[in-house]
Amino acid sequence: MRRFDKRVALGVALIGLIGLVWLGATGGLIWSTLDDAGRAILKNTLGERIMLLLLMWAVSLIAVGSALRFLVSYFMTAPARLAEEAQVLLGTDVKRQLVPTGSIENRRLADLFNQLVQQREALRDEMDTRVQEAARNTEQEKNRLAALMSELTKSVVVCNLDGRILLYNNRARMQFRALSQAPGVAGGGELIGLGRSVYGVFDRKLVMHALENIQHRLQRGASAPSAQFITTTQTGQLLRAQMAPVRSVQTTAGEPVQMTGFVLMLDNITREFEAQSRQDHILHTLTERSRAALGNMQAALDILEYPDVEPDMRERLLTVLREETEGLGTRLRELKSSALDSTVLRWPLEDMLGADLVAAAIRRIEALGGLAVVATEVDDSLWLKVESFSLLQALSYLAERLRQECVINTVQLRLSMGTGRAQLDLCWTPSAAKLTDKVVPGWEHDPMRSGGEDTSLTIQDVVERHGGAFWFEREAETGTVFFRFLLPLAAPQEQLETSSVVRNESRPEYYDFDLFQASAQSRSLEDSKLSELSFTVFDTETTGLDPANGDEIIQIAAVRIVNGKLLRHENFDQLVDPKRNIPAITIPIHGITPEMVRGQPTIDKVLPAFHQFAQDTVLVAHNAAFDMRCLQVKEKVTGMVFDHPVMDTLLLSAVVHPNQESHRLEAITERFNINILGRHTALGDAMATAEVFMRLIPLLAEMGIHTLGQAREAAQKTYYARLKY
Amino acid sequence: MTKTVLIADDEPNILISLEYLMKREGYRVVVAHDGQEACELIEREHPDLVLLDVMMPKKTGFDVCHEIRANETFKALPIVLLTAKGRDTDVAKGLAMGANDYMTKPFSTKELAQKVRDLLGAQA
Repeated sequence: MRRFDKRVALGVALIGLIGLVWLGATGGLIWSTLDDAGRAILKNTLGERIMLLLLMWAVSLIAVGSALRFLVSYFMTAPARLAEEAQVLLGTDVKRQLVPTGSIENRRLADLFNQLVQQREALRDEMDTRVQEAARNTEQEKNRLAALMSELTKSVVVCNLDGRILLYNNRARMQFRALSQAPGVAGGGELIGLGRSVYGVFDRKLVMHALENIQHRLQRGASAPSAQFITTTQTGQLLRAQMAPVRSVQTTAGEPVQMTGFVLMLDNITREFEAQSRQDHILHTLTERSRAALGNMQAALDILEYPDVEPDMRERLLTVLREETEGLGTRLRELKSSALDSTVLRWPLEDMLGADLVAAAIRRIEALGGLAVVATEVDDSLWLKVESFSLLQALSYLAERLRQECVINTVQLRLSMGTGRAQLDLCWTPSAAKLTDKVVPGWEHDPMRSGGEDTSLTIQDVVERHGGAFWFEREAETGTVFFRFLLPLAAPQEQLETSSVVRNESRPEYYDFDLFQASAQSRSLEDSKLSELSFTVFDTETTGLDPANGDEIIQIAAVRIVNGKLLRHENFDQLVDPKRNIPAITIPIHGITPEMVRGQPTIDKVLPAFHQFAQDTVLVAHNAAFDMRCLQVKEKVTGMVFDHPVMDTLLLSAVVHPNQESHRLEAITERFNINILGRHTALGDAMATAEVFMRLIPLLAEMGIHTLGQAREAAQKTYYARLKY
Repeated sequence: MTKTVLIADDEPNILISLEYLMKREGYRVVVAHDGQEACELIEREHPDLVLLDVMMPKKTGFDVCHEIRANETFKALPIVLLTAKGRDTDVAKGLAMGANDYMTKPFSTKELAQKVRDLLGAQA
């Protein structure tokens, strides 16, 4: 039924009224012109037919009404409908055609709208195709990069500026496994993984130092700066790392290039280095001993040439000759059997502008506190070949020791050209001459210690790395005393580096990822979004349900969730020898027999590795209270304190679905339609728990629970609510 | 007056020749077998010249050299370093430590004798 239109009613009423007024006015006028007889006739004639008159009035009003209604719908309702329908088209993705109605103008408008809709659809389709194409290209680029990385024989690790690993290849995974302190336990998984900190393996300061170096050179306009360093890992392995910066895309020309991360290429050089050291040692002793022997022989021969040497002296000299010849022969035979390795490895020395080194040393020494450092007579043109990290360590060690033992508060740094080498001097004015001369010699043989850091390196080691020399000297004229380092020189080459390579061209084309957007979360964990945190979801199998009274862990497994992604391959799965029997009734539950755990590592080996695996993450478990209890009773034995934030999927499930009866893992996985292979193994259960947790996060968000703190609060409330039942 | 030469070396095989050579040149010879002994003998015997091996037990030739120069009495005492270390950095260090000359093994005894004569002559 059509809607009653007020406008039509109003129009009809108005016209009716006007008709009545017109009729009244015209009647009045006619009445006034008539005489009495005429009036009487009119009264008689009309008086009886007044009803007819009113009927005609009403009938004509109906005609007016329908005409009005037609006009309104023709000229007003049709455009209004068109507007509504256009609104619908604008707000939704509906692709229907409008039916033209109403006036010609209205029909034309509707046609135009239809054409616009078609145009919009065409544009959308085109855009979709382009997006798909671009996505395909990106995917291809990613695959190409992944293939390239996995083929590389070098380990490659890409990190953001916080040292978080964003990308690594298989080779790196293998290499890190060799570095693991418990290689049999987690397979190095506790060291490498997306989102993990690379500082688990490398000294943070060393990496920062290399980064600073690169930054410096970037600012200077170098096109492809890189840094090399060698580091000793906790397990005593020597790693040679080459670092290259990952730069931000330059949006406008001339804008300074920002670093967004770095690429590390790693080589384990422990064996080469040992071989090299051995070789160096052999060569060194051979040279020096041979020189000494030859010296002895030469001197003896020289004396023998005197005609008047007494017979008994002659005999003694001949003995010297015989002994030394024999000694030389023996040494040569020894050399041959030691089979000199041909792989030559040198400590990597970087080219560095001398002035930069001095500036870095000033910063470093002043940071120690209590000492003012002045650069005097620094030759700006000198390029050095140095291993700057250890050299700076040496300089700050010397400065700090001077401050402590010689009561010095100002030191000067000097850099000048010597014969074939650069001379880097650390000078000071002695407070008591005697004291300085007595105290200072021999420092080069002591292990360096500076800023509370101990190293096993000595100044002598550092000097040997540079093939240089070091001594303490007093300038006769000025009375200034100083330590002098003789350092190798480098050919100035940075300028060449800048000019010969056109900027930006050296950047490879195949890494257009958004990998580097993530940065350190400055917010506290409590305020961090659940969707942004890293989680370690774990499960334990035990010999029973009472860890406090002798039940032991026999298996721990865990998987990681980083950036909202479940990393199935970065898992931890370890059987544990409980050093006690496994009750037969529990075997059907976990499927672990005494034979399976025999020879497996014990809990004091496994928990430290697990602790490292879970570093910097939130722990998640189903019915976490029990698993956490198992870990906590072992705190004393292993020294590992698990004070991570903890989330419990059982409680969170109760938060999301308060009306469900069961929150057992089986029930929840069924509710979420999760199929997991290998349930009832620790790893299978950990995976299931992780899948459940990932599905809970968006459901919690719908309830306004976004952060770790909020989730914890909600879980606590539910916990108390459940306790009441 | 007979000049005294101190020879410090831990290698008996070179001591034989050097001792003979210096005696033949007409000097009184004092022998030390390590760095420590060298320092003590310098204090006691006040030699006119020192032939100093670098690689010695207890104290290296560099250390002895440094110690001699730090003592006012021996500021001008001529020192010749004898060493199997042949790198340029070692030579630079030796000279910086205050040695008057530096001879790398093997060396010619005639050259050494000449050097000793020159140094003692200059001193006289």
